[in-house]
Amino acid sequence: MTTAPAPTAGTPRKEPGPPAGPGPAPARRRPGRLRRIGLPYLLLLPALLLELLVHLVPMVSGVVMSFKQLTQFTLRDWGTAPWTAFDNYRVAVDFDAAVGRELLHSFFVTCGFTVLSVLLCWLLGTAAAIYMQDAFRGRGLLRAVFLVPYALPVYAAVITWVFMFQHDNGLVNHVLHDQLGVTDGRPFWLIGDNSFYALVTVSVWKNWPFAFLIVTAGLQNVPKELYEAAALDGSGMWQQIRHITLPSLRPVNQVLVLVLFLWTFNDFNTPYLLFGKSAPDSADILSIHIYESSFVTWNFGSGAAMSVLLLLFLLLVTGTYLLLTSRGRKARHA
Amino acid sequence: MPEAAAPRRSPTAAPRSFVWSRALFLTLLSGFVLLPVYVMLSSSLKPLQDVSGAFRWLPGEVTLSPYADIWSTIPLARYFLNSLLVAGAATVCSVVVAVFAAYAVSRYEFRGKRVFTVTVLSTQMFPGILFLLPLFLLYVNIGNATGIALFGSRGGLILTYLTFSLPFSVWMLIGYLESVPRDLDEAALVDGCGPLGALFRVVVPAAMPGIVAVTVYSFMTAWGEVLFASVLTNDTTRTLAVGLQGYATQTDVYWNQVMAASLVVSVPVVAGFLLLQRYLVAGLTAGAVK
Repeated sequence: MTTAPAPTAGTPRKEPGPPAGPGPAPARRRPGRLRRIGLPYLLLLPALLLELLVHLVPMVSGVVMSFKQLTQFTLRDWGTAPWTAFDNYRVAVDFDAAVGRELLHSFFVTCGFTVLSVLLCWLLGTAAAIYMQDAFRGRGLLRAVFLVPYALPVYAAVITWVFMFQHDNGLVNHVLHDQLGVTDGRPFWLIGDNSFYALVTVSVWKNWPFAFLIVTAGLQNVPKELYEAAALDGSGMWQQIRHITLPSLRPVNQVLVLVLFLWTFNDFNTPYLLFGKSAPDSADILSIHIYESSFVTWNFGSGAAMSVLLLLFLLLVTGTYLLLTSRGRKARHA
Repeated sequence: MPEAAAPRRSPTAAPRSFVWSRALFLTLLSGFVLLPVYVMLSSSLKPLQDVSGAFRWLPGEVTLSPYADIWSTIPLARYFLNSLLVAGAATVCSVVVAVFAAYAVSRYEFRGKRVFTVTVLSTQMFPGILFLLPLFLLYVNIGNATGIALFGSRGGLILTYLTFSLPFSVWMLIGYLESVPRDLDEAALVDGCGPLGALFRVVVPAAMPGIVAVTVYSFMTAWGEVLFASVLTNDTTRTLAVGLQGYATQTDVYWNQVMAASLVVSVPVVAGFLLLQRYLVAGLTAGAVK
């Protein structure tokens, strides 16, 4: 590492005074320079090693596994398991057979769930942040209240929702059926078609405060002068929100929507805690589906192939998104 | 709480439509947010027959016995201790590693800088499910080869969790360090501090809000993780995330105890988070959102 010959390596961006100046004592020069060149790498080393061990090596092994035939018998010594070339992938994307059809179904469910959840989180978070931009009595308290779902450990929060969604003794059915009478009979929320809505509800409840937090932070960077100028021009509050606040939030939103999308798409905790190891059909999210394919049916190679497909899809979406948004940004600046 | 002041749209008085819609929206939203919290609190004060029948808004009789029983139904105290150890250690390590990395990226030009930041950030994209099994096998194999027990131990979980919060922490701290004036560490260098001296004596204190924000984030990440905890722990190292499901696998679900336990395990993180949330907003404002 210290051999990196790049002329810029290790130089602080602005030359600090004497230590890096042109005339330090010749005897100290060499070790000092070596240390300076090596230092940034040394500082990065712990992070790099950890990422390598916990993320990159397992991920590469995961990709290798997706080309193997793995069962619980060959698992311990998975390096010696037989190669199957693209068989696992072929099975996964054969939409005429059961495995492929279920995967495709799960993919569409996940897309629908993600789009709905991200949209609602963004809407609630942005609206709340804008409404709370100006001080009013109790704003600090309300902000703390709004952050509670985000601060609660996910298992504590989701278990409470599971209790609320219970068929016989839950709050939701008590309100809908016993008190308001809007449903005939008590619907099931954690099995059958309704489970999709249960999942979206819990996901939005849990994640919207993140959007609120980020947009709140983003609003602090909007220059005050813009509002003053607009007010002098006689534009009202709604117009200011439309013409100043929302456009100023665009760069923040670009990151926010991407992060929300990735987190929601990969979310395992919420559906797992809500439904257990196998989710109902209407809420069969990919992460649960793949977990079930690997650990419940012991078909690890096929599970790995599905995860790789999922990763490729996310890479594609993220890449396209970044390309489109950065081009949009350039176009606006031009 | 000292408000992080938002720019006031001062000269414009809020029109009536704004005030009304704001009151309505914020009231409804508070209801949605607080409903589960209310259910948690009220149900944790009910006797078992009260939570087994139809839901009631108010407890027929108030009892504190669920709060006593939760400790004996499952070994909650042990899970609690495990969670505390794992999340605490993971947080400390993760923040230290992140500060080093962010300092290198924000203060030095070096080859591979862009590759590093992009790689670290892109690990956020990996579905956990893709590397769960390989990681499990890796830990088992390391254990067999070297005798270092990573699988089933707290150490393995600490190692795993600290990398989970690392990418976002590094990213946020890079942003935050950019807002710390470079003159500060240059002055320290002139005064004869080495680069590390400058980091610890000058940059870290100046970046405290960002570091607190990252600490809170790391602790919450580790405290709430479920998937890897369910695979990488055994009976003695189980954390709350997995252990809490113990109330629900009985033939009868002790909902009052589940709610009491959920409340008890939430208090440390929620209290900590709410106390430190203004740092989080400040850290995000200066860092991630720039």
